[in-house]
Amino acid sequence: MTYSSKVMDHYENPRNVGSFAKDEEGVATGMVGAPACGDVMKLQIKVNKEGIIEDARFKTYGCGSAIASSSLVTEWVKGKTLNQALEIKNTQIADELALPPVKIHCSILAEDAIKAAVADYRKKSGEPL
Amino acid sequence: MDFNADHFALFDLPREFRIDPERLDKRYREMQSMVHPDRYANASEKEKRLSMQWATRINEAYQVLKAPLSRAAYLLRLSGEPLDIGNNTAMPPEFLAEQMEWREAVAEARLARELTGLEQLYHRVKQRMKRSYEQLAGLLDDQADYALAGDRIKRLMFLDRLLSEIDSAMAALET
Repeated sequence: MTYSSKVMDHYENPRNVGSFAKDEEGVATGMVGAPACGDVMKLQIKVNKEGIIEDARFKTYGCGSAIASSSLVTEWVKGKTLNQALEIKNTQIADELALPPVKIHCSILAEDAIKAAVADYRKKSGEPL
Repeated sequence: MDFNADHFALFDLPREFRIDPERLDKRYREMQSMVHPDRYANASEKEKRLSMQWATRINEAYQVLKAPLSRAAYLLRLSGEPLDIGNNTAMPPEFLAEQMEWREAVAEARLARELTGLEQLYHRVKQRMKRSYEQLAGLLDDQADYALAGDRIKRLMFLDRLLSEIDSAMAALET
C-alpha cells in the first residue's frame, strides 16, 4: 500500500495527539471502532462558552490512513460550531487525503468520531440532540 | 459434489460452529486429492479447467471454515443475518474504552521493552477470547441467537487485532 503525501505528512507529524482530562470544562469524547480492521479511534473536543470548538485531541490505534483521517479532523473542527463540525463528511476527508477505496472506512471512522464527540457534549450539557 | 452447495455441505459437515477440525482437515485432503491437477494430466481442456475451479472452490471453503472468526461470520450469513461491519462504527463505549486502554498498554510496554508485561497481556487476551468463543458456540449452535452472536463476533475481531498487535510487539522485542 502506498500512501499519498498528505497521509504520510499527517502520519509522520500527527496534529493534536493526546487527551484532555475527561472532567475538564467543555470537554467531550467520541469513541468509535471498525471491527473489520480492529482500528479504534478517540476524538476529544473542547467547547468554549460561545459553543465554538476551540481545541481538539485524538488518539488512534490503526493504519496510517486512520491516523491521518483523525489528525486531519482535529484541525478541521477547530473554530467550528458543533453544527458546522457535524457537516464534515467522510468524502471530504477521503478527497483531502486522496484515500484509495479500500481505505474509505478510515474516513467514515473519523466522521463518526466527530458525531460521537458532539453527541457526548450535548448529552453532558443537556442540549437537545 | 455440488458446486453450489454451502461450505459445510461441501465438506459433509453439520452446519455448526463447533467443528471437528480433524474431520475438516481429512475431508479437505481427500477432496483436494480428488481434483488434483496430476489426475487430469491427460484429460481434456474442459476437465482440466473444471478440476482447477473445484480446487479453488474447495480451498476457499476450507479457509472460511478453518478459522473460527470467519466460520462464525459465515454461519451468520447462512442464517440470513449477515454481519454488518463495513460502515458500522458504533460499539459500546465501555468496550471501545477498554480496547483503547489495552492498545495503550501494548504501546507503552513496547516502548519500555517490557516483554513480561506483554506476555501477561497476551495470556489475558487469549483467555478472554477462549471464553468468548465458548459463548459464541452456544449462541450459534444452541440458542440460534444471531443478533447477539454478531455482537460477540465484532468484539472478537477487535480482540483478534489486539492479539496480533501484542504478538508483533513481542516479536519486535525478541529480535
